Amino acid sequence: MSYRPLGDRKLLFVTGKGGVGKTTIAASLATIYARTGRRVLLVGVDQRSDLGTMFGVDGLTFEPKVVQPNLHLMVLETEASLREYLKINLRIPVVTKLGPLAAALDFVATAAPGVREILTIGKVCYEVRESNFDLVVVDAPATGHVVGYLSAPQAINSFVRVGLIRGQTDWMVDILHRADVTGVVAVTTPEEMPVTETGQLLARLAADTEVKVAGVIMNRMPEPLAIGDDLTVAQAVSAGTHPTLRVTAAVRDASSLALIRRREAEEQFARLVSITGHAFPVITQPVVAVDDPATMVQRIADALADEVL
Amino acid sequence: MKLADTLDEATIVITCGPGGIGKTTSAAALASAIAVSSNRKVLVVTVDPARRLADALGIPGIGNEPVRVPTTSGELSVAMLDPQASWDALIRRQAPDSSTADRILRNVLYQNITRRFVQSHDYIAMERLYELVQRDEWDLIVVDTPPTRNALDFLDAPTRMADFFSSRFLKWLIAPSRSSVTTLAARPLMYIADRILGAAFLADITEFFLLLNSMYDGFVDRARQVSDVLRRDSTRFVVVSTSERIPVTEASFFDEELRRRDLRVAGWLVNRLLPPSLHSETVEKEIRELRAQQFDDVATARVRDLLCNVTEEWHRRALDEMAVVMTLASGPTPVFGVETAEGLIDTFDGVVRLGQHIVNAESF
Repeated sequence: MSYRPLGDRKLLFVTGKGGVGKTTIAASLATIYARTGRRVLLVGVDQRSDLGTMFGVDGLTFEPKVVQPNLHLMVLETEASLREYLKINLRIPVVTKLGPLAAALDFVATAAPGVREILTIGKVCYEVRESNFDLVVVDAPATGHVVGYLSAPQAINSFVRVGLIRGQTDWMVDILHRADVTGVVAVTTPEEMPVTETGQLLARLAADTEVKVAGVIMNRMPEPLAIGDDLTVAQAVSAGTHPTLRVTAAVRDASSLALIRRREAEEQFARLVSITGHAFPVITQPVVAVDDPATMVQRIADALADEVL
Repeated sequence: MKLADTLDEATIVITCGPGGIGKTTSAAALASAIAVSSNRKVLVVTVDPARRLADALGIPGIGNEPVRVPTTSGELSVAMLDPQASWDALIRRQAPDSSTADRILRNVLYQNITRRFVQSHDYIAMERLYELVQRDEWDLIVVDTPPTRNALDFLDAPTRMADFFSSRFLKWLIAPSRSSVTTLAARPLMYIADRILGAAFLADITEFFLLLNSMYDGFVDRARQVSDVLRRDSTRFVVVSTSERIPVTEASFFDEELRRRDLRVAGWLVNRLLPPSLHSETVEKEIRELRAQQFDDVATARVRDLLCNVTEEWHRRALDEMAVVMTLASGPTPVFGVETAEGLIDTFDGVVRLGQHIVNAESF
């Protein structure tokens, strides 16, 4: 069965459990689509975002910065989002310093979930609506938070019965809910907990939102150690029962580690596929053994391009 | 020095660290090993137990109430944090009367905050810990924390809670209900807030805060007591990580934040270390000798090459790992390591064995 390529949309939210490489994959996807000549905006949702290091730049701001041809990078800040939101969407001119109001809204946001999120998700949807870019890739909040984030416009609808914000959520919901416009990319690794969390995420996305999943990327798949007869021999070596190959403890330990990791990874991959029920693609990305984040992004972009274009 | 030595006389052990590095398993293993080898009554509180762990502990599932784990020696109980149930219980306990409690529990804002938003879990986790401590049924409570950076927000929760209730904004917000006069200073803010959110919404928020305000003293008091428990001499934190770059960076953040607050960090627990054979100085020579072995059949020769490559790869990882561990060990926190525990946690005996490796780990 063939699936719609991930990037065949205008808005991608990349999420995943902390530590699985969510930000790296978001940066790699943005890189892949920018290389094809599309104008891409890559968005970090908080100011602690590591996206800058992925492109060797620092001091990211609300103002998009060109980091590679066709690739624009920005991070969302509550106050700047609020200022723009008030001006564009609510037509409230802001002449004074926003400090006290931002603080007040911050406070309200604690009690009224969705207020903070709507400012940032509103900015993302706005860029899509205005077609300022061909594709917007969001390095979205981690699995535990992303459902609250994506359902913020609907949550606001259930609280706010009147008022200007009410009229603002409908067009956002429209963008978020269209399968041909918006998709979620869930990043995971071939380990038990990340796969379990991905399953929970997919279930919650389906239950609490209308946002569709574009695909799942299983990052850091170990390379096969050996296949077929080689595998049998390698297993014999790791078990210490091979008749002619004489190996030391280090070789035995290395080969059994590699075999165990690979077997576990395959089990988790099979589990993930059965969880997703073939409703969308499950793409694997092999381990990339480099330390430098910027190099890693480019290498993953090279490897992943065929799978996502 | 062993990790067990730094946990001597501890009554609460809190594990912190990033996700996916075996933190929950480490907490459970540590608790199990101490429970079976001492006469201390031990409770482990987890946030997200893997199914495998519940199976390994021989219990059908893990719920909000502690349940006994069947053991042949010692006494071990396990509980999971159910944030919603814990919040509801807290409100019922703190509300001045049951009708106030009912109104809060029914309030849409309350439900939304406690159900949907993970941040609210940080505070309630510590609140729940305090409640379990107060029961005085266990000699040692091991607590696993959520694997996010905000997990440490709970440390500031008491202060935030107090600030929250005494803030000018809250006073302003609920003032109009007490007197019909809105102060001049509040007007522009009210105007904008009203245009953005609508008056009905502001009324909802106001009602919610008014109700909460009736519990002010109870909440702030309670938050302070929770904070005192975390600062006790007998409360120790263990920072859990693997030796990979990203988890170590994340875990360093936890270590620094804990130290900045003068909390007692017993040590780093570095999980999934590679076996010593791969660190050995002779590995390169071993690979050369293996490469020199001649085979007539192609298949064996091919596997020989493969094994050389795999061993080189894992030797390289082992050297990287040692460099990371040595850097950590040069810092202020003692570092303890345990070897990779693949397949070890399938049974309770396995969990205990892993726990023994953990408590007996020598510092680097």
